[in-house]
Amino acid sequence: MADQAQAKAEQGAALAVSIPQTIDLRKRPRIGESIIQTVLFICGFISIFTTIGIVYVLFQESLSFFADPAVTLFEFFTGTVWQPRIGEFGILPLLNATLVISSIAMLVAVPLGLGMAIYLSEYASERARAILKPVIELLAGIPTVVYGYFALTFVTPILRGIFGNDVVSVYNMLSAGMVVGVLITPIIATLSEDALSAVPGSLRQASFGLGSTRWETAIKVVVPAALSGIFAGGIVAMSRAVGETMVVALAAGASPNLTWNPFEPAETMTGHIARISGGDLSYGSIDYRSIFAIGLVLFFITLALNIASRRIVRRFREVYD
Amino acid sequence: MSTESLRPERQSIGSLPEGEAARQNVSSRQRRGKIWQGILLACTIFGIIILLMLAYNIVNDAFGGIGVQYAVEEEDLTDGRPLEELSQAELIAILETNLRSRVLKNLERERPLAERSREELIDIINDEIIKPEVVAVYSLSEFLFDRPTIEAELRKSHPRAEIEFKSWLSWDFIVTPMSSNPVEAGIRTAILGTLYLLWLTMLISFPLGVGAAIYLEEYKNDKPFDERIPAGRWMNNAIQRSAGLIETNIYNLSGVPSIIYGILGLAIFVRALEQFTSGAVFGYADPTTANGRTILSAALTMSLLVLPVVIISSQEAIRAVPGSMRQASYGLGATKWQTVWKIVLPNAMPGILTGTILSISRAIGETAPLIVIGASTFIVTDPTSLFSKFTVLPLQIYNWTSRPQPEFRAIAAAGIIVLLVLLLSLNAAAILLRNYLRSKRVST
Amino acid sequence: MSTTTMNDSKYAIETRAMNIYYGAFRAVKDVTFSIERNKITALIGPSGCGKSTVLRSFNRMNDLIPGARTEGEVLYHGQNLYDPDVDAVQVRRQIGMVFQKPNPFPKSIYDNIAYGPRINGWKGTRAEMDELVERALVGAALWDEVKDKLNQSGLSLSGGQQQRLCIARAIAVQPEVILMDEPCSALDPISTLKIEELMLELRQRYTIVIVTHNMQQAARVSDYTAFFLMDKEDRAGELVEYDVTSKVFQNPADKRTEEYVSGRFG
Repeated sequence: MADQAQAKAEQGAALAVSIPQTIDLRKRPRIGESIIQTVLFICGFISIFTTIGIVYVLFQESLSFFADPAVTLFEFFTGTVWQPRIGEFGILPLLNATLVISSIAMLVAVPLGLGMAIYLSEYASERARAILKPVIELLAGIPTVVYGYFALTFVTPILRGIFGNDVVSVYNMLSAGMVVGVLITPIIATLSEDALSAVPGSLRQASFGLGSTRWETAIKVVVPAALSGIFAGGIVAMSRAVGETMVVALAAGASPNLTWNPFEPAETMTGHIARISGGDLSYGSIDYRSIFAIGLVLFFITLALNIASRRIVRRFREVYD
Repeated sequence: MSTESLRPERQSIGSLPEGEAARQNVSSRQRRGKIWQGILLACTIFGIIILLMLAYNIVNDAFGGIGVQYAVEEEDLTDGRPLEELSQAELIAILETNLRSRVLKNLERERPLAERSREELIDIINDEIIKPEVVAVYSLSEFLFDRPTIEAELRKSHPRAEIEFKSWLSWDFIVTPMSSNPVEAGIRTAILGTLYLLWLTMLISFPLGVGAAIYLEEYKNDKPFDERIPAGRWMNNAIQRSAGLIETNIYNLSGVPSIIYGILGLAIFVRALEQFTSGAVFGYADPTTANGRTILSAALTMSLLVLPVVIISSQEAIRAVPGSMRQASYGLGATKWQTVWKIVLPNAMPGILTGTILSISRAIGETAPLIVIGASTFIVTDPTSLFSKFTVLPLQIYNWTSRPQPEFRAIAAAGIIVLLVLLLSLNAAAILLRNYLRSKRVST
Repeated sequence: MSTTTMNDSKYAIETRAMNIYYGAFRAVKDVTFSIERNKITALIGPSGCGKSTVLRSFNRMNDLIPGARTEGEVLYHGQNLYDPDVDAVQVRRQIGMVFQKPNPFPKSIYDNIAYGPRINGWKGTRAEMDELVERALVGAALWDEVKDKLNQSGLSLSGGQQQRLCIARAIAVQPEVILMDEPCSALDPISTLKIEELMLELRQRYTIVIVTHNMQQAARVSDYTAFFLMDKEDRAGELVEYDVTSKVFQNPADKRTEEYVSGRFG
């Protein structure tokens, strides 16, 4: 045995590998690696700073806004007039316009986007998909200011032609809402299609095997199975509609107006922020501070919608396998 | 088929249609399916129709007719010969006979007419004597298909005016700076501002975004501190938790409306860090800036806006690198960073670059945050440094669209075409770059 | 469909010179055989021999694969299933299918069963549907295990239970033939045994065609066995031998069959 070991050791030596008597396998600090890891961590942490920054800035300036004698918290949330010149700061007209326009947008985008998604995932051939997917991507890639131009110079004149110039204002919520709907349609279409495609093919086969038509399979098996994803996509789209600025700034008008009539002009929260800050704004004025208070409300609405969508996806996702 | 039941009868189990009824049932269901298929197809086609309407809308406004009215007709000045064919002496003669002596004297004082080139003289004749004035704007469809109507209309309001074809999108439009006169306005400063902003945003957000993505994909589960010491355990725990927090946070940030980022930029970069973003701390004093509303502030704001998207797309690219490659590297005794730097990043780079360029190019179309941080809309000088005032294409388009005069709508449409061409070329560049990097990796 | 009923015929399905193509590739060539009524017929053979493709051609599931095309005849009640006038939806209503992996819908157990009848224009009261669901579950030997949780998701069941739920779902539309595509390949031995027992019971009312990888299973449950093999030259699957199961396993006529059933290849 000893001889064999000796022979092996000699062979090893012949390969010119010198094996040291002891090998230290203990950890040694690697300064370079630690520094890099720290730097990378900080890169990641910038996103946290961003959130903290947003929340801090919004709260701090809102606090000074509410500290102003002209404003009370109660009046802010219940007041029906937003007229900074006469000291009226009720957010309801702005909030109302945001909701009306987002609702119109959803009325346009949900059927349209869902229809596109079902067609693409359940009906379209590979060749049709190759044409239609880029169309959806193109729609999603067009800058919002272009959609604003489209709403004001194309859709509004058509609406006025249909309903009459005396019924439809030059600036109106309907045109803005419809175009915001077009703008969020790609979001619904893409997210819903992802959800539909994630439904395993075996469910479709099972349904066909029981004698279902393609439409029955799509609407009674695939869509219900993908419902949580579709719903979450809808909420994400809604949050985009609430935060959309350019279309409403260009097409919905520049006067806060508490109305349900979609033919009338009304300014949304985002539109108001854009208009006020677009002028010459002196820091510390009540106008300047008011945009932070509106921003805070907007931030919480969109945050709540995003959290809701994520929850829905997590909780109701069907686990296959 | 036979109607044999599943078990001896206890209670009826209803009835499925059989025979002829079954056939009718199926064919009516198939018909319903076909109708719905048609509806779904219509939804999809509608997307294409919208794109076509958008294209029509823009082209229809960016090109078209104008009603031009001249103070003096060119033919009357030159007896029917075009100005370009006249000699310098003849041009000077025209100026001397048609201009008032005071104007002539002014011109001579600036630079004697005899020393000026022919082009310059022709420009003066155009501006001072012929004085073309746009009195009406017509869209392309009106110009092409509704000629008699618009001619009649124009003759009524401006009897001496003529209808000419006008392309609002022209080389002059691209290279001329802003002007308050829409006919002379150009978009040069906005194009330069956009390119400047694009470049700067990429410079800031790319390293930060990729760094964060590397951390989240490669280091998230690391425990850098000694697990045997309570403090080390506590630190490791804290780091792990914050990594989870970062991921949730990135998702939530990607849903924050862009205008909120504008508010953040306004409060932090424009106001709080004014000394820094205006360049004052560097002893820099651009005569055109008085505050923090500079390209730097805009780029920082835009970087925060695109960061979540850059991180998410970089994460996807890094995740697509097969784990076997990492294991091979670790198996040879490489450290984590060596593996990341030499193996993971080179392989993920095509995907990272494409994703980054695409997300940043999308941000280039963003307008809202820049309105809020107070980018100027009327800028006649080119941006020269980080601390210049600036304007960008979408902002210019917004500004022009919001004016009621049709001339401004027309140049807004021309601006949109420039913006869309820029975006399309960015996207094409991203795709070409990806293909190039991929082919390079395969061949070496 | 049942206008030209030939209930006196001994055979449920007959194929004549059936060829199945995927695009330009011929996956199955010249298959001619008849499947007897109220018997279990097993299709066996090594991977890629086309046995699943043949099975799926019996209820036109191959239609769902782009580029798939069937030539020759598949006769069912004297009608060619691939006749241009025949509606695939009608066919699948009569010839049900159970798949390799259990694929219950993400609905309740009750709704899983009720789905097929509802789709197919079933008429009746709520109580009658309850009865139908119960009988289907009893028929699939699942009733006792799930009778107290009919409103739970079908996905909450174990693999073997899920597969029996799929069988119950298939028999709830009262088909004449049930096709089973390796129904036990994803199940443990105990669940497999239960499904096999169930098949033997179902044979009294249904014609069953089963594709299986497991030769013991074919030997245990089937009355007839068809052995398929891929032709080495054109890579198309062909029917090598078709006979009573005991004959195929104990005294095969073809040498290739003998090699396969004795485990010498495949």
